[in-house]
Amino acid sequence: MRFMILVKATAESEVGIFPEDDTRMVEMTGYHEALQKAGVLLDGNGLKPSAQGWRIHHGRDGARTVVDGPFAETRELVAGYTVIQVRSREEAMEWARRCPAPMGAGVEATIEVRPLYEPDDPPQTEAVTRLREIDHVGK
Amino acid sequence: MTTLAATHRAIEAVWRIESAKVIAHVARLVRDVGVAEELAQDALVAALEHWPASGLPDKPGAWLMTTAKHRALDRLRADALHARKHEELGADLDAMQAHVTPDFVDALDAARQDDIGDDLLRLVFTACHPVLSTDARVALTLRLLGGLSTDEIARACLVPEPTIAQRIVRAKRTLAEARVPFEVPRAAALAERLGSVLEVIYLVFNEGYSATTGDDWMRPALCAEAHRLGRVVAELMPDEPEVHGLVALMEIQASRTAARTDAQGRPVLLMEQDRGRWDPLLIRRGLSALARAEALGGARGPYALQAALAACHARARTAEATDWAQIVALYDALAQVAPSPVVALNRAVAVGMAFGPAQGLTLVDALAAEPRLANYHWLPSVRADLLAKLGRGAEARAEFERAASMTRNARERELLLSRAAALPGAAASTRR
Repeated sequence: MRFMILVKATAESEVGIFPEDDTRMVEMTGYHEALQKAGVLLDGNGLKPSAQGWRIHHGRDGARTVVDGPFAETRELVAGYTVIQVRSREEAMEWARRCPAPMGAGVEATIEVRPLYEPDDPPQTEAVTRLREIDHVGK
Repeated sequence: MTTLAATHRAIEAVWRIESAKVIAHVARLVRDVGVAEELAQDALVAALEHWPASGLPDKPGAWLMTTAKHRALDRLRADALHARKHEELGADLDAMQAHVTPDFVDALDAARQDDIGDDLLRLVFTACHPVLSTDARVALTLRLLGGLSTDEIARACLVPEPTIAQRIVRAKRTLAEARVPFEVPRAAALAERLGSVLEVIYLVFNEGYSATTGDDWMRPALCAEAHRLGRVVAELMPDEPEVHGLVALMEIQASRTAARTDAQGRPVLLMEQDRGRWDPLLIRRGLSALARAEALGGARGPYALQAALAACHARARTAEATDWAQIVALYDALAQVAPSPVVALNRAVAVGMAFGPAQGLTLVDALAAEPRLANYHWLPSVRADLLAKLGRGAEARAEFERAASMTRNARERELLLSRAAALPGAAASTRR
């Protein structure tokens, strides 16, 4: 079973500069080392600040509007992800519990965990089957 | 009730993550993996008693470790007192402790210049010790390093639970009776012993890989477990190229899982697989593990070579784009370091693809008398394929049918018979 641990953005991650006091990065690195030593780490990366990204808004009238970042609702933005392969939902839960506080101890922050679709999950429609057969999608 | 069940599942998850480390650490104290597992289990029981009421501790791994360690020290003190009472040992309690406490043992190990002092690695080498039968090594590894229950191992290996339970008990007894030291083998023995470790991991992987539709889900789960164990050992022994070679091989093979069977659960041959269904993440991981093995000078290792073969397929965008000449060269190398009739047969297939079916057939025919291939259905199957390509339909059909009669896998038999039936002139043969 694969799970994605999503670390939500912070004011700091949105600035895109790693702070001088890198305690949090040290903790995060230690966490990933633990995942790797346990043989459960599959993938992971960080996302650059939303200021470097954009959104495309689909309107009710069918019109598309490009909206450049940054975006205000920091807590809803993703700052990084980690993909783990574990034996149960509970194991994913335990690993997620061990993820260090992304904004530092005592500061409000959220980590979101979502299971990924597996090859043996039944495809709902023909289109989903085709989508999963495209390289790099849904595996 | 639901919350209690949920807590138990959470504790089970912690156990899966932590048990090997706890057992390994305690084993270094008590110098007996059987006793160490018992003590670790005691700690689990204590957790099951306390945690539902108090909630999971902040550091559940440390909690289990400390509890198990205390039990171990209690046990050592009791043993020492027992020994004194019976005057089996002239030593007093302190001396007895010195005999078994970690510092002393570490000092000994340091004096012997043990290559690696890691508890977990010692556990890996002990569970895969050559004094044990292969079956016992597999069961003990899944139990001690995978944290699998006897029931799970039994379901995964298609063996009755009492058999597995007995196998594990006997294995622990054998290790104790043979006084197998709890250590990482030193330089001279390391290569051979590492070979045993890698063999066990790959056996577990293949057991899972050979699972078919309808099997208990624990069987395919073995692949993931072997994979995880391989990655763990790669972290513990980062400078051993063959560990990375094995990890690479498993990553690339596992990348094909979704494509290996069709919607009806029938096997799909490598050349006919939908490459879009190969897992690019696992391929990428596999290729980087292979590059690591090669960078460490291990390109000629048997696992690295097999991984390089798998990588040739993984790199080909289509079956037609396969670099068969490179595959022949890799089989040549593999035949040198790990010669076997199966390697020779696979090489013949590659030669047939690279240089034409006639050349392949010559090599296959040379293997016809090989006794170790007498019951191997891939021999007539490969031969049939080459004959069909040469337009010798009747002979090809007979060989496919012979192959079908030799396989024990119903799905494979079906596939072979359908290939026989698809050959021109098949109808004539049925009339005969």
